[in-house]
Parts: sequence; C-alpha cells; structure tokens
Amino acid sequence: MNVVLSNPEQGTTREQHLIAQVQRGQAELFYELVRPYERRVYAAALAILRNEADAEDVAQEAMLKALANIRQFRAEARFSTWLIQITVNEALMRRRRERTRMTEAIDDHRDDEGEYTPRDFADWREIPSEALERKEVRQKLAEALASLDRKYREVFVLRDMEQLNIQETAEALGISVASVKTRLLRARLMLRDLLAGGWEQGWFSRLPFEKGTKPW
Amino acid sequence: MVVNCQQVWKEISNYIEGDVDAGLRVAMDEHFGTCTRCKSLLEGTRNVVQLYGDERMIEVPTGFGRRLERRLAQGARVRRSNWSTWSAWLVPVAALALITGGLRWANSLTVPHPLQSEHAQPGRNIPPDMVVVVSAGAKDFHVPGCDVIHNKDKIRTLTAKEAIREGYVPCVRCMRKYLQIASISPASSEPVAELSANVEAEDRARTR
Repeated sequence: MNVVLSNPEQGTTREQHLIAQVQRGQAELFYELVRPYERRVYAAALAILRNEADAEDVAQEAMLKALANIRQFRAEARFSTWLIQITVNEALMRRRRERTRMTEAIDDHRDDEGEYTPRDFADWREIPSEALERKEVRQKLAEALASLDRKYREVFVLRDMEQLNIQETAEALGISVASVKTRLLRARLMLRDLLAGGWEQGWFSRLPFEKGTKPW
Repeated sequence: MVVNCQQVWKEISNYIEGDVDAGLRVAMDEHFGTCTRCKSLLEGTRNVVQLYGDERMIEVPTGFGRRLERRLAQGARVRRSNWSTWSAWLVPVAALALITGGLRWANSLTVPHPLQSEHAQPGRNIPPDMVVVVSAGAKDFHVPGCDVIHNKDKIRTLTAKEAIREGYVPCVRCMRKYLQIASISPASSEPVAELSANVEAEDRARTR
C-alpha cells in the first residue's frame, strides 16, 4: 500500500463523527464524508458499466442514495464497503435497464470449469509500484483489465482494487463465494499473462531492465 | 503431501489470499522452493495484485469531484425542501389539532429541544431573526465574525430562532449582552440568573 493514513485511528474516529452528524441531518457534510472514497466508487461503477459518462452518473446516483439512506448505516459495517455495495447495486440495475432496452444477449453466468493454464512463464521482473507514476504504464494496466471478460473484471476490481473481501464481493455481485474464488484466480492469472506478454513487447522498456534467460 | 504444478496453479490465488489449509500451504511452499516456473507465476501474480491495488490505478475524469460535490449539494437542498413541503402540509393539520384539542393539549406537543450543552443558558432575549452562525461539531451559536468560533471553515448561517430550536446555545462572549439582559428579565429562571451572576462576577474580577 502506498497511500498510508498518518493516523488511521484518528481517520476512523473522524469518519464516525461525520457519519453521526450527517445522520442527525447535516447533509451538507456528506461530501466531506464520501470524498476519500469518490475514486473507488467511480472505479466500481466503471468496472460494471465500462463507460465513463455512465459510471460518473451512477457514482453520483449511488452517493445520493447513500445520503438518503444514511440512517440505515450501522456502525458495525465499514462505511467504504457499504458505499461500494450501494454503487455496485446501482450499476447492476443500470446495466439491466440498458440491456432490456437494447435487448442484448443474456449474461453468461457460468464459470469456466476447465483449468486455466498460464501461457507465459517468463520470469518477468517485478514492475515496481513507482512505475505507476507513468501514465503509459497505468494506461497499459487499464487496457489489460478492460480486455478481461466482464465476469472476471468485476470480481477482480471489487476484490483487488476496491479491497472488498471475498464474502462482500460475492454479496455485492449476487454470486457464490466459490464463483468469486474461481473468477478471481482466472482474472489474476490472465492479467499476469497479459502483462508478462507486454513486458516482452516493451511496455515497460524504459524501466531498468536486464534481459534474463528463461529458467527452464 | 506433495503437489504438482497444475494443483499449484489452481490454488495460487487462494494461497495469496491466505485461504489454504496449513498442509496445503506447506506443500505449496515446498513446491515453490524447487519449481522456478511456479515461483515465477506466484511472484507475477502477487505483483498484479499489488499494482492494481494501488490507489494510483484509479483515475477519475477531470472535474469529477467538483461535479459530485455540486450534485450532492443539490441533493441536500432537495431533501431540505421536501422536508419543508411536508412541514407546510403539517401546519394546517397542527392548527386544526390546536382548535379541536384546545390550547392545553397543543402546548403539550411543543417539547423543547434539549440544549446541546447542559452548562449554558438559553438565549431568550436574542432577536429571533438575528443572523448567527454555528459550526460543525460545536454547541454554541455566534455573531458572524466572533473570535471564538471553532471550525471556522465549516460554519453554517441561520437565524437565532433556528439555532435555538436546534439546541444551540448562545456564545457567552459575543452574545454576552443578551445573556445579561436575560438575567434581569423577570421571566428568567433561577439557573439562568445564577449563571449570569457568575458572568458578572467574572467581569468584576477582570476590571479589578
């Protein structure tokens, strides 16, 4: 984790305090409460809708819904998780509506039963997180993610980017825990394959790089 | 327990999650110690998880935060106006109740809002339409520009009447003159007089 709160406990207490104030009716403080999560809310919506304008609209709708239902939030849940679950729900509803309108094909909910065989075992040097400072690296990573099938992308984004746990991911998407695990495995291995391939094609060529020999 | 490469590939994600039993973990650790391909797979997969888990991976469109803030502000206003529509409907009903039930019953409905601070006196003689400010997390209301406002960047403007109704108490510095008037008012209650007397005593001590 590169972004570390200077004092996480203080952050939580401040958040609890803000939640209590908004619950008492100070709606004008709501933006301050959700600001730390606005990026994650947007990313969750984008993972499902794949369209920036729709994702932004759904992110806003989800926040308004959260404001309207703030009294239902219970302190035992994490506020960020609650917010993301509302967002996922909004985004799924939006997609369902759009699908009905466009009479598109029904989603394939089946998990691939066959085992996934990694394509590339190249011992790619670890991409240091500092590389994320570079826009083209972030772009390549985003493109790799966008190329995944929807069912893998959604699970991966919720678990590995939004940091929901397996159970929360399953609940948010309305699928089983076993499905989350299967899809997560595939998503991670496919992304590794995609990025390992990119490595050899020179995506990260400006990074310090020594050409290694394959270990087998 | 011995595991082969295929079994490792199947469990590698659960392994990263820490979601494998102790026996399998030991077997996988042993496998990674001898199989460079699976070790490379593990490191690559971990790197994927780490890179995508970084906050910098989430980019929002330019102006996203500003637009969100604006829409939430609109939402908050709508909520308030919905409430006032509802309360506007409530007024004639309450008036009807007043007529039918009589003044005594109506009076029993007006429960005073508990003061946000129990160590203060209510501001009875403050002009109800006077513009005052309150700030997030504080219990007092102030004349705008008062020196002792906490959280000055999070203030809200309202009338004294509204502030009192919401349970805020007058600031003993900037609202002092109203508090002193309150203490000599025949309608004032004993604790108010007592608190005011204390304020006066403090004043005397300071002038000395």
